[in-house]
Amino acid sequence: MSNAVEPRGLSKIGLQINGWLVYLFFYAPIVLLVIFSFSESRNVGKWGGFTLSWYEQFIDSSNARNALENSIKIAIVVTIISVILGTMSALALERFTFKGKRVFDALLYLPIIIPDVTMAVMLLLFFGEFFEILDNLFGIQLRKGFWSISISHIAFNISFVSVVVRARLAGMSTDLEEAAVDLYASRWKAFRHVTFPQILPGIAGGALLAMTLSLDDVVITQFVAGPGWTTLPVYVFGLIRKGVTPLINSISVIMLVSSMLLVGLSLLAERTRRGG
Amino acid sequence: MTAAVELKGITKKFGDVTAVDNVDLTIEDGEFFSLLGPSGCGKTTTLRMIAGLEFPTEGSLSIFGEEVGTLAPNKRSVNTVFQNYALFPHLTVLDNVGFGLKMQGVAKKETKERAMEMIELVQLAGLETRKPSQMSGGQQQRVALARALVNQPKVLLLDEPLGALDLKLRQEMQLELKKLQRDVGISFVFVTHDQEEALTMSDRIAVMHEGKLLQVASPEEIYESPANRFVADFIGRTNLLDGTTSDNETVVLSNGTSIRAQNTFPQGTKVSISIRPERTKITQRSESSDPLSSIQGTVETITYLGNARVYGVKFTWLSIEVREENRPGLEVFNVGDDVTVHWEHDAISVVED
Amino acid sequence: MRKRESTEHVVEVATPEFEKTAQKKEARRGLLMALPSYLYLILFFVIPLGIVLIYSFATRNRFGGTDLSGWNLESYERIAEPIVRTILFRSLWLAILTTVICLVIAYPFAYYLSTRKPAIRNVMLVFVMIPFWTNFLVRNYAWRVILGNDGPFTKVTEFFGLGTHELLFSQKAVVLGLVYGYLPFMILPLYAAIERIDGQLLEASRDLYGNGWQSFKNVLLPLSMPGVIAGSILVFVPSLGAYVTPEILGGAKTTLLGSYIVTQFLTARNWPFGAALSFVLMAVMLLMTIIYFRKGGRTL
Repeated sequence: MSNAVEPRGLSKIGLQINGWLVYLFFYAPIVLLVIFSFSESRNVGKWGGFTLSWYEQFIDSSNARNALENSIKIAIVVTIISVILGTMSALALERFTFKGKRVFDALLYLPIIIPDVTMAVMLLLFFGEFFEILDNLFGIQLRKGFWSISISHIAFNISFVSVVVRARLAGMSTDLEEAAVDLYASRWKAFRHVTFPQILPGIAGGALLAMTLSLDDVVITQFVAGPGWTTLPVYVFGLIRKGVTPLINSISVIMLVSSMLLVGLSLLAERTRRGG
Repeated sequence: MTAAVELKGITKKFGDVTAVDNVDLTIEDGEFFSLLGPSGCGKTTTLRMIAGLEFPTEGSLSIFGEEVGTLAPNKRSVNTVFQNYALFPHLTVLDNVGFGLKMQGVAKKETKERAMEMIELVQLAGLETRKPSQMSGGQQQRVALARALVNQPKVLLLDEPLGALDLKLRQEMQLELKKLQRDVGISFVFVTHDQEEALTMSDRIAVMHEGKLLQVASPEEIYESPANRFVADFIGRTNLLDGTTSDNETVVLSNGTSIRAQNTFPQGTKVSISIRPERTKITQRSESSDPLSSIQGTVETITYLGNARVYGVKFTWLSIEVREENRPGLEVFNVGDDVTVHWEHDAISVVED
Repeated sequence: MRKRESTEHVVEVATPEFEKTAQKKEARRGLLMALPSYLYLILFFVIPLGIVLIYSFATRNRFGGTDLSGWNLESYERIAEPIVRTILFRSLWLAILTTVICLVIAYPFAYYLSTRKPAIRNVMLVFVMIPFWTNFLVRNYAWRVILGNDGPFTKVTEFFGLGTHELLFSQKAVVLGLVYGYLPFMILPLYAAIERIDGQLLEASRDLYGNGWQSFKNVLLPLSMPGVIAGSILVFVPSLGAYVTPEILGGAKTTLLGSYIVTQFLTARNWPFGAALSFVLMAVMLLMTIIYFRKGGRTL
């Protein structure tokens, strides 16, 4: 806020307390979870002495490791394709005019606002019908698995990536691209040497978002996963519904740490890029 | 000698809006040429068409005799200095300046040498490893100049390059640009809305308004002999007195006063008389002055400018501004004084509305 | 080395036809750039949506499969049944509750944030965002741990003499989980809107004898309304369709719309009904978003 007035007296104390409470609210559960993952007690919320056994159990559990592997593989494929398609969409919307542009713009927003559940149902029905048609027409028998999950993740991630890259593109003056062309660059070279370096932070942000959303996803993945194909969140979700055990604590903490690592890495990357 | 830039019948329409309306223009080689006019008059659009950043809707545009109107900008031997410089933020000054050479495929070593030469020419030596964000506005502007000139363009285009600078710096840069143009020798096409700037720097000025070209002439001619009312009003300060021609020597003002003003218009044409404030003299009310080149009036306002005084003199419902330099010994008048304002009859111009 | 003028072909004089052709070429380039995503979304989004619509008119046959031949409105009629209505209203109520609580907590926070110095502001924002980046499932699970039997929460309330509170598996727990999950979605738009306001306006209000509450009601609130609306929609929409949070924290007693829909597909095997419910849910979301944009909302 420009020319902001510093709060005084009672309101200042109230605001500060509210602020600290919010942060406490945010971080207490996470901190407690980490603490309890080292607890010896079979009861997940009780402290019973320090142990690493739950982490050992995770490493031993082939199901868990399998699920983790799948999550990562899917996330990588999904991120790469979503970033490419999302960036192209952003460029099309911000730098060009064409027939049907408004429809495209609206279409890109739909996956963002649609509730998880509806999208899960949509894709479940879609793959069901799609496989049936393939079977009836061509005798090809496909099953849900890696690709049904990946395709589903890409379907919503394109929109998210494009929103982030678009924001970056919109903030970038078209002067720069005009200057590049004025200085003898071809359209492609202008993109490569001027536009691309400028939107790179946006692309990186979009990539991070896509990866996070893919790694996080539960409902949609649950619906379009096939037998033998599960991702870590779906696996954990299943465990939780069966009954809470401390093993889940340790897996959760591992997931927590890896997301924080991802975020930390990207923040670092942005800082070096900005300073450089 | 072939003209550097020639526009014939150039028109640019954006949908229903005509931004540039049937412009014919010739820019000679080696001249400092300004496109002058208020915002939205089409001067920037015209410049962009020369650069190739817009294609004309109609007309012929040639550079040194070769038609280039529909040629892509990266194939024309002209370069542009943009209004906000458009320096590439992620590249150093050296890489910015060498960008055009790199795009043309010039070898790395030669690119670096030529870029450094240019950087020294604009007096930025030692700063080549900096990024644009680490430089002042004036420095950024020199980088933009160097980046354009290093490619040895046939014509340099400048889109209001001094707009973002503060007054003192702008005046310095005006002189520097003029000198640079003389040194480099190519034509500079300079877009501005500041008429004082155009008068200071240009060999010739083209005044534009609402897409149309109103007058192309030297600064003196534009100032002394404006082609129409808009030009007279836009350039410098002037008194515009409306009236009608009664013959080739006389114009009758709207309040009935007759003024001696030579003109070539048919009788009864609606015109305006343009009298520059500094070409008038103010004296105490006297009857001996030439009634056809003076008016009797009363001082209504006085503005003290330090180096001059501007008197607003009212006669009937019209008023006229008189600018008197603040010289010692010169008679000073007060509000309410009865005065006579005189001028030389050939110091005024008659323009059609 | 100077760039040579193009001499390979004759450069034509500009004409309106040339201009039109050039514009068409640009448009084609743009379309090509958008085409892959366009096609992808039509194939994997629009068509699936259409299939849901079709299924919602289908019938459930005896074996739990779907009979696509007999088109009817049974599934939609079922929505009016009392059981379903209860679930719908419960979900609606919890979503509204969540939104209001988020608003009440986030507004002072966002205001305070906007009055900080820029350097501190950025740090504070980063710390708000970090939990957001961590896994959603884990964050819900953390509350399950805390609110469970003999868990930390009830220990704390016992310590303060407030008695034993086994909050887990109740509507309160679900709201808690939803607020926890979506609070950043309220903070960020609110902060963005408040940040744009010139603090001098509040000072002027003070100068004209307004007290704190009046300044808030008559100046701050109206000016920050776009942020309030944006944040509310960003919290309300996912809360209404929430599935993971109610499943983990709500238990069997509190069935909400999200879980109800999923049940149709996994256990109850009434796909047409599930499809109808999903479609209605989506229609409500779409309606809210259109209202938001109509009210001049900015893009996300």
